[in-house]
Amino acid sequence: MMSALPRSEFPLLAASPRLAYLDSAATTQKPRAVLDAIRDFYENDNANPHRGAYALSVRATERYHDARARVAAFLGVRDADCLIFTRGTTESLNLIAASWGRANVGAGDEIVVTGAEHHANFVPWQQLAIEKRARLRICDLASDGTLDLDTLRAMLGARTKVVAFGYVSNVLGTIAPVREIVELAHGVGAIAVCDGAQAAPHLAVRFDELGVDVFAASGHKMLGPMGIGVLAGRRELLDAMPPFLTGGDMIEFVEDDHSTWNRLPHKLEAGTPNAAGAVGMAAAVAVLEGIGMDAVRAHERELVGAAYRRLSAIEGVRIYGPAPDDRSGVLSFNVGDVHPHDLATILDSHQVCIRAGHHCAQPLMRRLGVSATARASFYVYNDDADIDALVNGVMAAREMFSRVGA
Amino acid sequence: MSAPDDRKDAPNGADARRSNVEALYQELILDHYRRPRNRGKLEHPDVALRKKNPLCGDVIDLQVQFDGDTLRDVRFTGEGCAISQASASMLTQRLKGKSTAEAAQIMERFTRMVHGEEGAADESLGDLRALAGVSRLPVRHPCALLAWDTLAEALASRR
Repeated sequence: MMSALPRSEFPLLAASPRLAYLDSAATTQKPRAVLDAIRDFYENDNANPHRGAYALSVRATERYHDARARVAAFLGVRDADCLIFTRGTTESLNLIAASWGRANVGAGDEIVVTGAEHHANFVPWQQLAIEKRARLRICDLASDGTLDLDTLRAMLGARTKVVAFGYVSNVLGTIAPVREIVELAHGVGAIAVCDGAQAAPHLAVRFDELGVDVFAASGHKMLGPMGIGVLAGRRELLDAMPPFLTGGDMIEFVEDDHSTWNRLPHKLEAGTPNAAGAVGMAAAVAVLEGIGMDAVRAHERELVGAAYRRLSAIEGVRIYGPAPDDRSGVLSFNVGDVHPHDLATILDSHQVCIRAGHHCAQPLMRRLGVSATARASFYVYNDDADIDALVNGVMAAREMFSRVGA
Repeated sequence: MSAPDDRKDAPNGADARRSNVEALYQELILDHYRRPRNRGKLEHPDVALRKKNPLCGDVIDLQVQFDGDTLRDVRFTGEGCAISQASASMLTQRLKGKSTAEAAQIMERFTRMVHGEEGAADESLGDLRALAGVSRLPVRHPCALLAWDTLAEALASRR
């Protein structure tokens, strides 16, 4: 299995031929095209967007505007003004919990999340519930880590205001049945908030067709730079919502005793935007469109299938979550009594980068009954050599620990 | 399945890193991980403290019973990686029977060794020198020091 995009397109990987980078669920490596686009913006078009009355500022504004259109098209958001640039998924979800949540959730209301959520789609709702004396309800998962729709249905009722769920789990790689969840949420009059951080990089996302009210994603997990991400929302919901941050750019008129708000998307983008980041994210989605999201997905399925097969053949390896065909490019596992942090250190000495720990999903770790797991995650630049290195490293760790009996 | 030829070049420093890690996970450390010494709880501890590393979830519960100024018994329970658990086991073994002044001296020297200070790993540390390799793995410093930080806090609380 070759990479879907050659390593030579990624300066960091090209400089370290033996590095097996298997932590793309944390952040991806950056292709030259993205780095060039950011540099090009600063070298040729840099000025504060929306401000100056001069040609350079107009160019900066256009680049920022084009970036929005490009990312909106990639995510299937027809109304591009409803695509808000943020610092990333965490900010997007905090934005919706703080702005929409404070205005719409009250004492006795219920917020439903799943037991698989990343802290970014858990803690903002937990804190909102505490503040508003609402009730946070956690939908438990089936034994293979998937969401059971009957369990979810039984939790929803007239008091449910929000159903917040991850499209793809960053620990198990499970893919949520989005349309069914949306139908259940809307059936009780709740909004559906989708954490798409692990979905947008790996699946073809069509926001308008999914029916979710809010969708969040991060640029850096999909070949783009850190510090840029998006919030896509239904126009009526975003229009009716109070702003999140206030200040420059987001206002219409500022009187001494009150202010009025600019229209979307500006209302939700206070201050100087990360225009270079947006340009970089747009370049990243252009790279992904060049490969084709179907090809990205097919490549990951092959990799995760091969890794699943080869790892599960090693004695003592336990893989968490569903069969490889039903998951995105993420594998969480443990190796006998080798602690994941020791495994990560040993794999690092074999030039294999994996993540070890709770993966910002402590509620899920409790439900799996483990304190930590090792996690390997795959992306467009990975190939068979990376899986070879992972398997060899795991065998070496097992061997190292087997020198001393229990 | 074979790696493409352009994936086979070994960059500088990789071999040194691997031998450092291999030296760290030596039999002594793994033996303490698999067969921890002084693991358990005291009936009547004079001080007891639990510390957790929020980054990785490693936990150490440490208990000490004093006889005057001497650490008559030191016990621990815990959960976590080989480094944190072996370090705790070796701590109990090394400090049992020591005076608080002697314990403080060993604690200070051990901490300096983990932080990679030259000359810190002298003979007074004995077996604890098996953990010296951690100094080159900064992300693992908290693992090696968890039990020691717990003891330092426990001793300070007694004063």
